[in-house]
Amino acid sequence: MKPKLILIRLAILIGILLVWQFSSGVLIKEFFVSKPTKVAAVLAKWIGSGDLFYHAAITAFEAFAGFLLGAFVGISIGLLLGRAKGLAEVLDPFIMAFYSLPKLALAPLFILWFGIGLEMKIVLTATICFFLVFLNTYTGVRSVSREMIAILKLMGAKESHVITKVVIPSAITWVFAGLRISVPYALIGAVVGELMASNRGLGFLLSSSAADFNTAGVFAALCAIVCLAALLNYGVSVAARAMMPWERTTEQREFSI
Amino acid sequence: MSDLIVFENASKTFSTPNGPIEASRDINLTVKRGEFVTLVGPSGCGKSTLLNMTAGIFAPTTGKVLYDGKPVDGFNGHVGYMTQNDHLLTWRTVGGNIGVPLEIAGLSKSERKARVEELAEMVGLSKFLDSYPSQLSGGMRKRCALARLLAYSPETLLLDEPFAALDAQLRLRMQMELRSIVQTLGKTVLFVTHDLDEAVAIADRCAIFTRGPGTIRNVLDIPLGKERELIGMRHNPDYVELTATLWDEMAPDIRLEEAV
Ligand SMILES: Nc1ncnc2c1ncn2[C@@H]1O[C@H](COP(=O)(O)OP(=O)(O)O)[C@@H](O)[C@H]1O
Ligand SMILES: [Mg+2]
Repeated sequence: MKPKLILIRLAILIGILLVWQFSSGVLIKEFFVSKPTKVAAVLAKWIGSGDLFYHAAITAFEAFAGFLLGAFVGISIGLLLGRAKGLAEVLDPFIMAFYSLPKLALAPLFILWFGIGLEMKIVLTATICFFLVFLNTYTGVRSVSREMIAILKLMGAKESHVITKVVIPSAITWVFAGLRISVPYALIGAVVGELMASNRGLGFLLSSSAADFNTAGVFAALCAIVCLAALLNYGVSVAARAMMPWERTTEQREFSI
Repeated sequence: MSDLIVFENASKTFSTPNGPIEASRDINLTVKRGEFVTLVGPSGCGKSTLLNMTAGIFAPTTGKVLYDGKPVDGFNGHVGYMTQNDHLLTWRTVGGNIGVPLEIAGLSKSERKARVEELAEMVGLSKFLDSYPSQLSGGMRKRCALARLLAYSPETLLLDEPFAALDAQLRLRMQMELRSIVQTLGKTVLFVTHDLDEAVAIADRCAIFTRGPGTIRNVLDIPLGKERELIGMRHNPDYVELTATLWDEMAPDIRLEEAV
């Protein structure tokens, strides 16, 4: 079952690469789409010179640090407002106003505040991830079963018990949903930040290749970004599995009604 | 024995988008410390509502509910409540669920483990300590909820149809287990059931509810003694007599339902 799936996927990938390879220069000008062999050559050159890892490490660090910061603040504030209904009601219009703002539009401001170094990309990424994680966490906390909370309170549970034993475990599925959708946005924050102002990172590699009309370089940088995204996604899935062991037994449970 | 739970003309009306629903009206009932009271009556007559008021989930709309002489105000920490739906924590195993109240009480890990094993043994779930609720049958979930309730040994037990999903043998075993625990630890129990035989077999008194809106029609004394042999109960003429009386008491409601 599994090897067959991998073979089919591999076949599709090879098919795409072949079509790309042989239509480039025939159907479409090579200037626009380059060729897989040329992209591979650029990647090999960057790997050989160590450039790829240097720039990828910087983008990965920005995306990861911003992701963690945004997730941490998002989860904390989501928990707080989810439990403090009155406060949430008061703050609602402010949060919604801030939420509707396209976060990338804040980049120029962050450049003024933090310069064009790593900090600016981290803060931009964190701001984007914050809202996704916050809104999911908040929804998760609000949908916690009130009956379960009441039963725990009858057992003498304090607010801290309620939070750790009911609210967090039952909202965690929502939190992870928020984290999962945050991954691509974390890369948007980091890469777009680099595109705007930087001399390092995959975004810089992308924009400098484009400035040199090096299409193969652009595609090579995009490939590297995709790989980074896959890595981050994988990390989140592993964390989700480790933190929600009960989900696995539910999935593996033979179906019955 | 002193009065532990007192309902004085307690009434509860729920306000719903479709207008008010009167769940209980003028409930008057006094439960003494150490008493085992069963509550029977047609579905929707306000039995769960009565337990909710005792636990302090909500206050009566009019009238009073006193616990140990004081009006119930907010969550009543002296009672343990096993609700009609088990409300197990789905992200915890059976062992983890039984252990929740022990964690809250601040017991050490080793103390918890020993106590959880003891309780699981009692309700017959020893083999399922590491299973999640989604892997259990309805009856097993109920037993897990019962073990969780007994884990923190509250002064008063509120049990809402706890044995409804159990087979006859297991139900008998759980009834004996419960009576002996209640007996040795001197617990007070309010026990809702649909099973009239059960209502007589395990009770010191049986409160009979009537529908529309929920009131207590009658409270039956069950003088079968504190120490009783539940297995041979079917052959006890007093028990047979009392069960017949209870059936007769319930008869008007049966006829009412036919008429509707
Ligand atoms: N939260 C609620 N909101 C509105 N009506 C309710 C609520 N809870 C119970 N009721 C109504 O109160 C009545 C008594 O309910 P309940 O005490 O659960 O009955 P029982 O447990 O005897 O079957 C029913 O008519 C039910 O519809
Ligand atoms: Mg009920």
